[in-house]
Amino acid sequence: MKEGGQNINRRAFLHQSVSLVAVGAAALAVPGVHAEESDKALDPMRVPGALPRAYGERSPFEKQTRLGGSGPGTPHGWGAMAPNNFNSLTPLQDLHGIITPSALHFERHHNGVPAIDPARHRLLVHGLVERPMIFTLKELERLPSASRIAFLECSGNTWDGWREAQDVTVQDLYGLTSTSEWNGVKLSTLLETVGVRREAKWMLAEGSDAAGLDRSVPLTDDVLNEAMICYGQNGEALRPEQGYPLRLFLPGFEGNINVKWLRRLKLGAAPFMTRWETAKYTDLLPDGKAYQFTLVMEAKSVITHPSGQQHIQPGFHEIRGLAWSGRGRVTNVEVSLDGGRTWQTARLQEPVLPKCHTRFRFPWRWNGQEAILQSRCVDETGYIQPPRQELVKERGTNSLYHYNAIQSWRVERDGQIRNLYA
Amino acid sequence: MDRYATYMHKYAMLAVAALLFALGVVSSGRSAEDQAEYGLGRLATEEEIRAWNIDVVPSGDGLPAGQGTVKQGAQVFATKCAACHGPTGTEGPKDRLVGGQNTLATPKPIKTIGSYWPYATTLYDYIYRAMPFNAPQSLTPVETYSVIAWLLFQNKVIAEDAVIDAQSLPKIEMPNRNGFVPDPRPDVRAQAPDDLRGGTR
Repeated sequence: MKEGGQNINRRAFLHQSVSLVAVGAAALAVPGVHAEESDKALDPMRVPGALPRAYGERSPFEKQTRLGGSGPGTPHGWGAMAPNNFNSLTPLQDLHGIITPSALHFERHHNGVPAIDPARHRLLVHGLVERPMIFTLKELERLPSASRIAFLECSGNTWDGWREAQDVTVQDLYGLTSTSEWNGVKLSTLLETVGVRREAKWMLAEGSDAAGLDRSVPLTDDVLNEAMICYGQNGEALRPEQGYPLRLFLPGFEGNINVKWLRRLKLGAAPFMTRWETAKYTDLLPDGKAYQFTLVMEAKSVITHPSGQQHIQPGFHEIRGLAWSGRGRVTNVEVSLDGGRTWQTARLQEPVLPKCHTRFRFPWRWNGQEAILQSRCVDETGYIQPPRQELVKERGTNSLYHYNAIQSWRVERDGQIRNLYA
Repeated sequence: MDRYATYMHKYAMLAVAALLFALGVVSSGRSAEDQAEYGLGRLATEEEIRAWNIDVVPSGDGLPAGQGTVKQGAQVFATKCAACHGPTGTEGPKDRLVGGQNTLATPKPIKTIGSYWPYATTLYDYIYRAMPFNAPQSLTPVETYSVIAWLLFQNKVIAEDAVIDAQSLPKIEMPNRNGFVPDPRPDVRAQAPDDLRGGTR
């Protein structure tokens, strides 16, 4: 949109004013009053608008997208630069509220997104049950339904934090978490129908993708009370990359165990020890031992605005961010402007739901001096999000998963914001 | 109100069923009436279950008939695996499969089958269902057992003349069998906010 030279015509000026509005400066032009003939198309009051359409799309002015990614330490992007992407990251810096649009929900899959005809899809429930049964999607949709607004976070979210990745955005570091309304049937409804035997303590969940991804789910009280078999996301069918037509959803548990494209549940007495819960998704410690079945995502928060690689002007800014905990509700979020020396309570935006992204806000007037912005949250169990050095002291820097340390953003004097490991 | 009544009825039925169960009056947890409550879903046949039931667990349950040797496995690996994992399973570009023993407690741990995987049966479960990446579920039981034999030999877990089958695979003790601990979290005890407030770092 940049125009060279002094002779700026009116169309260019209007274009420029749009971009000025976008960065928050004053808009000087009011289109419509004395517009020239050629400007009519820019004045929404002087041309008929578009007709209704069968399936909506966002405004063409809205450009925020997911960002392709792969392993720790690898560059993010799309196309030739990143041919081996196996995940995509949600643009947290661009979102409002707590719900992630389905089209921007992060992705992680282990051998692509399968194309599944829902009419042919079946769910088998067997193993330690009285009645092994097969369900069609239509039958599952007829069972008593359930709904839950909750976050889903890959346990690899923020894995670049262990090795102190530099000059990254909040999307780069934190984009593997999203929140949706999930719709489906409670797992307990299905288990009642098949009659679970008393010795069943674990359940294998298996996807019908090319990875045949399989994970063992412990049948704890939390799981039995809260787990869902989902066919809906944000009011419509699941997106293909979220498991269409059927996925397991375990509120608060690491993303990988929320098996997508679900085709089979097998009840057993012991964990099945699949590759995903042994070779992967285990947390290696400095002494060479590894935590296993670290399923709960612990409390975590991050300031999404202002955040890494953004540039701000002095003056008013509402600090905004997200906090969440796999153990329940977020009860408190504090913000520090001085790298953790002093803390002030942020306002939590309703709704504040258990195991769900919770938005927090904090008004701030930036005076042009260097500042280090941090947030930390507390959940209803009393767990406090730890400073980085406390987390590293316990787990070292090789555990890959479950990084949930306090995030620091340094605001430099010129308004540039960079991530910092404080 | 009707729905509430239905719920109450359901829970009353459940309570009766549980009581009968506890008293040993019925042998299974739920009565036939409960099963028919929704009338949705159908019983799976043995044949259907057999076709879908592809998992393999540490006890060896799920392992098929057949057997494989290190020598056969070398051929399978060279033709179907080496392109992604390298000629000796160490070169990549995809996951390194061989070596790395005694590196887990170092600053640069190398997690491979030999250094990290706790159960040999997991190899069957994973390789059959997910490998080769471009043709999952295409290996025969003999091919799968063979490539497992080669991988375990390369990792110095079995001898070169070992035969891998449904009996021998579950008995293999992997080097990192005792390398895992159950989730102890919360393991990081951050200071209470009041302790940090106003202090210096």
